This record gives sequence, structure tokens and C-alpha cells, in this order.
Amino acid sequence: MKRRKFIQYAGLGAGAIMVPSLLFGNTISAEELLNPGMDILIKKNMADVALNTAKSAGATYADARIGRYLNQYVFTREDKVQNVVNTESFGIGIRVIANGTWGFASTNTVSEDGIKTATLQAVAIAKANSRIQKDPVKLAPVASHGEVSWKTPIVKDFKDVPVSEKVDLLLTANAAAMSNGADFVNSALFMVNEQKYFASTEGSYIDQDIHRIWPTFGVTAIDKKANKFKSRQALSAPMGMGYEYMDGLDSEKITGPAGVQLYRNSYDMVEDATAAAKQAKEKLSAKSVDAGKYDLVLEPNHLGLTIHESVGHPLELDRVLGYEANYAGTSFASLEKLNSKNFQYGSDIVNLVADKTYPSSLGNVGYDDEGVKTKKWDLVRNGILTNFQGIRDQVHMIGQNESHGCCYAQSWNDVQFQRMPNVSLEAGTEKYSVDAMIKDVEKGIYIAGRGSYSIDQQRYNFQFGGTLFYEIKDGKIVGMLDDVAYQSNTQEFWNSCTKICDKDDYRVFGTFFDGKGQPSQSSAVSHGSSTTRFNGVKVINTGRSI
Amino acid sequence: MAIYTKEEARKILEKAISFSTADACVINLNGSDSGNIRYARNTVSTSGQRSNQTLVIQSNFGLKSGVSTIDEFDDASLEKVVKRSEELARLSPENPEFIGPLGPQNYDDSSTFSEATANITPEYRAKVAESSINPAASKDVTAAGFFNNSAGFSAMINSNGLFAYNQSTNVDFTVTMRTNDGTGSGWVTRDFNDISKFDATEASNAAISKAVLSREAKAIEPGKYTVILEPAASIGLLQNMFRSFDARTADEGRSFMSKEGGGTKLGEKIVDERINVYSDPLNTEVPTATWNSEGQPLKKMNWIENGVVKNLAYDRFWAKEKGIEPVPFLSNGIMEGGDASLEDLIKSTKKGILVTRLWYIRNVDPQTLLYTGLTRDGTFYIENGKIKHPVKNFRFNESPIIMLNNLETLGQQVRVDGNLIPYMKIREFTFTSLSDAV
Repeated sequence: MKRRKFIQYAGLGAGAIMVPSLLFGNTISAEELLNPGMDILIKKNMADVALNTAKSAGATYADARIGRYLNQYVFTREDKVQNVVNTESFGIGIRVIANGTWGFASTNTVSEDGIKTATLQAVAIAKANSRIQKDPVKLAPVASHGEVSWKTPIVKDFKDVPVSEKVDLLLTANAAAMSNGADFVNSALFMVNEQKYFASTEGSYIDQDIHRIWPTFGVTAIDKKANKFKSRQALSAPMGMGYEYMDGLDSEKITGPAGVQLYRNSYDMVEDATAAAKQAKEKLSAKSVDAGKYDLVLEPNHLGLTIHESVGHPLELDRVLGYEANYAGTSFASLEKLNSKNFQYGSDIVNLVADKTYPSSLGNVGYDDEGVKTKKWDLVRNGILTNFQGIRDQVHMIGQNESHGCCYAQSWNDVQFQRMPNVSLEAGTEKYSVDAMIKDVEKGIYIAGRGSYSIDQQRYNFQFGGTLFYEIKDGKIVGMLDDVAYQSNTQEFWNSCTKICDKDDYRVFGTFFDGKGQPSQSSAVSHGSSTTRFNGVKVINTGRSI
Repeated sequence: MAIYTKEEARKILEKAISFSTADACVINLNGSDSGNIRYARNTVSTSGQRSNQTLVIQSNFGLKSGVSTIDEFDDASLEKVVKRSEELARLSPENPEFIGPLGPQNYDDSSTFSEATANITPEYRAKVAESSINPAASKDVTAAGFFNNSAGFSAMINSNGLFAYNQSTNVDFTVTMRTNDGTGSGWVTRDFNDISKFDATEASNAAISKAVLSREAKAIEPGKYTVILEPAASIGLLQNMFRSFDARTADEGRSFMSKEGGGTKLGEKIVDERINVYSDPLNTEVPTATWNSEGQPLKKMNWIENGVVKNLAYDRFWAKEKGIEPVPFLSNGIMEGGDASLEDLIKSTKKGILVTRLWYIRNVDPQTLLYTGLTRDGTFYIENGKIKHPVKNFRFNESPIIMLNNLETLGQQVRVDGNLIPYMKIREFTFTSLSDAV
């Protein structure tokens, strides 16, 4: 239903990009987005109704999340505005432990009666299920934070920027693409504001105001005679920033190999759309890759997705323990591998960190959705597996007594559970530029931007495509390639990592739509890295004729 | 209670539209109640209950549209939401592709609602979990599953006199059974409108059997193999193909349905002549509503007949551009099957692979509908008409178009994810690498 609604709003046909959960909420006017919402004192009183009702009904723990989710989306194609959508969603989700078992219920009736009813439903579900509960829930201790608040450090609130300015920007980018050879262009701007109030029986009352933004487009060039079409997606990243991300500052631009223009914390959409049209046309006649082994030089906006799938997911503790076995899957990274303290996840230059505090990233918040203060911690240090990503009810199973602070629910209407924090590859410590890296490669491929991605349910075998591919021969870029995908095994791949560029090249990739759980929930997460080299990776040719 | 009867829904919608002063107005009213249970490690994990109702109104002045939504339905709220959508419409840019609302339509009666499904309780859901957990525990197997039941209604009215109403119920169940030695995994999926067709014990036992049978899989070389695809395995690829039956992207030259030199493949043979695909909202196994969100009536429609593309979907704007009648997208996919049972298909296979499920399917090349993904939860080697042993999972790179050209045999149909899909035997299915995943 939500996806169908999205497609309806977007005016996109079947087979277009899938955005399953964005349109949760009611449609409102742009002016109403500026309404401050429920007063914080009332939120505290309402949350206390839930906590007190739960305790009186026999719950040993309860938390309440009052959420107001404000979203604005602008969709265009070529010279047309397809839709401008403003949505608001407001409600409360109550989670309880009764008889050692979780229960959850939610309601958009945020009144004393509505909250009491939902809370009693949550307790009733917990009690009904406790009959088949074998391992009573055990929570790691958490600090009582009292009344605190946190806000994404934005410069420009998207709600203060007129819709006409956003529409103009997208239509200008579309026009730039069309005048540079594109046959079609779809562009969109997604802006999200989560206003979340959390309270629990542990004594925390946490008010957070979180912002995210994602400009994107798809440019298509067509050779009708040959019945061939090629697309080039935007090289932007969704960010934990305000509208200032759209400023297109020169200081945040990085020129990569083959003149590919890349972006750090500021995005120039018109410039990228111009390049996209030219590159989509170039793709139509690009050389089809010869299958074989290549040294890959992977740009951060591409490598982020590989990190996400081959490091982020396998190190989620709930997957390791089997809680996701029926949907997302389990993990090759077992408890035994962690406990051995010598599992070589990658080569010794590979350092992977989880970090919920990195500025401008999608995962950056002050507290997670069960009131734990966020932090940064090691997952892989000097190539050795050192930790997982766990939350309050699971860390005791790996002998730890502190949650890592990565619990999240996509809305007040969904139950919170373990979600991936930002997982990033640390930059190389020695001065090393991308140009120097290319010079060192004899037979390789430089890959920029995200493409097709697929990985098995235990995260061993993966296949990735990309947005742009360039052949490297004897230290030089010699031309564009097409039909490229690489296949590898997670441990083999990370152990083939031989060089990482320094911090001057470091930037984050991100996704709004990391899916997990049943019913499925989306989470937004970023992955930082510098351009990195992997040796001897199997590349296949994906061209077919039908 | 979120489920309104036809008359209750009509009363609210008629009241709402009476406040409209726009050139055109369309109002949709939807509601649903749902409950779920989730379990893993042979014990319950999370579960919940949700309820919602929404009224969505779109008002138009000329080519300008405004959409507004509300979840309260007293007269004052209805008047407010109508006014709000009209204010938004006046402020919005013109959409040159806007098409005004349809006039009154005649719809067939649907069979999507089951009273028994609407009455499912939390205790019933706990029993479903038990039906998996108890037999698993007794066989050294660990169950992880999810059961969701929902009941809902949809209604719409518009300023051209159209009114439509539908009620539906649904249950979805999946369970993964993993052997405790970590070397075997089995899975089943079931979905129905009517809960009386669902047997949690039968489904759970089928997954347990697969898990036990798939223990200690052997590695065989990737390459091109004859495969028997269970309907739950082929559905992902087929659904991706169904979604590509769009006339506009084909006309624009950016679809596998685009023809060399321009135009579409309508009328061309694209797959084996034994392939027939149609949609039918009145099919008793996979019923759907008999109208879509625009109020267009849904009827039986052929998409592929004897391997030839029979219809492409035209939305109302594109149909007008092309001067033809609109063709709504398919609401379910029904692929005609044959008489062969799974056992028959195995018996007639000299050398092949039986695939339970394909997972993490992603598009690699939209030009050829090339997809990649992996086998999961039960992959077996067949030799001389018998399952010889389980094999390690494979990654595939294959197009449903190539797959349906390489058809050997069609088997019996099974409902999967609201569609009716036959078992299929396919030759030369392309596996490109091995996976260690269980």
C-alpha cells in the first residue's frame, strides 16, 4: 500500500525506484510544516500516562515514543513538476515488558484515553505471548538521563525554504541534463524531519529534532536505432543535514579520475546533472568489459554500499544470534569468530568503526530509541573482528553489559529494534592520493557511485555493479567501461584490501532505505571511507542479448 | 473498529463531497486492523497490533491539484479537509498530465473478504508460533517465523458520480527452520485471503523436512543447469517481469519491451509458446478487488498468450496521448500450468537442480531484464529422476525472458504472494558462483 501510494505521488511507472516507507503520514500544507507541534510539557505528561498505566497493569519496564514526522518531497520529470507532497504523522508507540516478554502497541489518538487503551493492549500482548516465552527479556543497565534534548546541527531548515525554490532547482538540473544530451530525466528531493520524544521507566525524558535530506535524479540516454538505453544516477548522498547541502560549495567538491566530479558535504545538482547526461550518452558506446580478475579502485560513493552489505549487516548482533533468520538472514560472523579474538575479517590495514556521532551522517543522533546515549566503537581493528552492534536486550548474550546505542524504529507506529549504526572504513594514515593509487595499478577498474547489489543471507557471496566504470591500464585511465559487476566473498574481499587513500579523500555515502525486520522497517544510515584498492577481484560481464 | 461497511463508508464520503467547490474532486477512504507475531530461536520475540483509517481528498481547479488527508470523520473535520485540499490546489503548479475523474462504473462483486480471517485473536497468533516451535524443538531444529493478519476496506467517491467499495482480508506466513548444527535450512511461505485454507502445522513441517534434507550440502561447479523452480523461487523474477508491462516506458525506448527502431513489442513473441499469463480479479484462489485506486474496473486480461505479448498497461494519460482505451496494471499474475506434480518433474529429470527459493534479487541490466540473486533454504541435486543430495547455494545471473524461452515443462500451480504460479522446469539456467551461506 505504501509503495503503491509512493508511485502514485511520484507519478512513476512500475519498475521505477522503490521507496517503501516514505509516505507514512498525512498530507499537509508547507505552512503547516512550520507548526511547532505538541508542547514538550504535554508530551511529558502523555508519556507518563503510558508509563504509569503500564506499571499499574503489571509491566516491569515500559517506554513511550511520541513521534511527529514531517516530510516534504518534490518530484519532477523533464520540464514538468509531477508532485509536491508534504506529510505529517503524529502518534505514540508504547513498548512494555510483562512476564518477561515484549509487547507493543501504537495509536494516533494521543489523548489520555487513547494512550491508556494502547498501553493495555501492549501489556495484554506481552502476557498472551509469555506462555511460549523461553528466554525472559534481560535489559543491560542504562543511565537515567533526566530531561535532555538533542538536535541535528543544521544551517538551513528545509521547512523555511520556499517550495518554488526547490522546484526551480530541480527543473534547472533537468534542463541542464536535457540540453546536454539526455532523452529523459526524473529528479526528486526528499526532506525529512523526525521530532521524537522518548520516555522510559528508567527515568529519561529525551526530546530530539532530527533532519535528513536527499536530492537525486536518474538521467537516461537512448539510441533508438540500436534499441539501447543507458542511465546514470546522481552522485549525491543522502545526508544528515539541512537544506545547506544543496549549496554546491566549490570547497566541498573533489575531482576524481577521468574528471568525474564528486561531492563531500555540499552538492551541486545542476553540475552533476550536466555531467550525468554526457556520461549516459558515453555509456551507449562504452567498451563492454572483458571478464576476468582486476584490481579495483573503489570510490567512497560506491564503496559505502559494499561496506553496508558486507560489514554493516553481518555484524548486527540480532542477525548473529538468529533473530532475523526468517527474513534478512543470519551471519557468517559467528560468536565463535568474535570470541577467538583472531578472526581475520580483513587485511591488517582494515579498521572498521561503528559511529552514531559522526556529523552530517544519517545515523547521527544524541540518543537511540531506547534512551541510550550514542557513541563510537570498533568493529574490526587491524583486520581482526572485535565487536558487534547490540542493543539493551541482546548485549548480555555476548557477555557485555552496556548497549551500543543503536536501537531504532522508523516511526511511532513501529516497534524499535537493533539497527545498523554508521559503519565506516577509517582513512589510511599515510599521505596517499587517488591519483597516486591509480598510478600504482597495472590492470584495474575505477568504480564510482552505487549500482546493482546483492548478497546472500549469511553475507558471504556478493555481487556489485556501479554508476561509472573506467578501465585502468599501466597506471592510467584509458576509457569508460560498461557491463561491469564484481563478485567476491566478504572475507576474501576485505583481505584483498591493499591500499586506502588518506583523510583528504574521506566522505560519506548513505541510504534512506536500509530494510530489516518483520513487518519491514526502513532506517537511514551512512558509511564513510576514502578511495580504496582491492586486488585481484573477479569481474563478470553482465551484457546479454534477448 | 477500523472497518466500515459499504453504507457507513458511503455516508462519510457523500458528506465529504458535499463540501466540495472544486472543478473536480476524488475522495478515497481506507481502513485496516492488523496484528502480527514474530518468533526466533524457538521463542517469541516481538509482536504488535495496529489500526488505522484515512480519508484522502484530491481537489482540482483546472490542471492544478491539491491533496489533503485526515483521520477524523465528523462533519467539521470533513469540511476542514475539503477546504484544505482546495487551498492547496489553488497554490500548486499545473500538471499537464492531469486527467479528470472517471464517471460511474459497474464493478463485479469481489471475494476478497473472510469473516474468519477478520476475527483472528492474539491467542490464535500465539498458537501459530507454537505450531512451528514445538515440532522444531523436538527435531533439533530452530524455528524463526512471522505471521500477520489484516482486515481492511477501501472506498472511493468522485465528483463525476463514481462510487466504489471493497472489503478484504489477508494472512501472510513465513517460517525458516534451521538445523541446530547450522548446516541445514528450510523455508515455506503461505498467503491466503481466507484463514480456513491455512494449516500452520503442515507448513511448519514442510519447512522442517527441507531443513533436515538440506544438511551438509555438497559444492558443485557453477554453470548452466536444468532447474526445477518451485513457484516461491520463480515468483520474484516473474513479478519483476510483470512490472515491466508498461506501455509508456516501452514507447519511450527505455524498457525491455521497447522495439528496435521505436515502438513496443506488443504482438511479438518474446517467450516459449506454452507461456500464457493473465490477470483475473475473480479467480477464487487469488481474488483481488475489482477496481483500482483510480476507480477503473478490473477485468480478466491476457498479458502473454502463446508466448506473444498481448497487452501492455496504459495509464489514462498515456492512453489519451496514444488515442486508445486505458489498460489498468495487472492486480494479480496468473501463469497457466500443467498437470505435472513436483514429484513428476523430479522423476523426469536426468540431471538438474531443485530450487526452493531465490533471494536478494536485484536488477543488473534493465535493457535485458537481467537479474542477480541467490538460491536459499533448500537447493538439491537431482540425478536420474531422484534427489541425490543437497548442494551449496548458487548466485544466479538470469533474465526471466531467457528463462521463459528455455522452458522444458510446466507443472501444477500454487498460490504465492497473491499470484498463481506453476512449478517450472527450465534448461540452461545460469549460476555464476557458489555461496557458503546456509
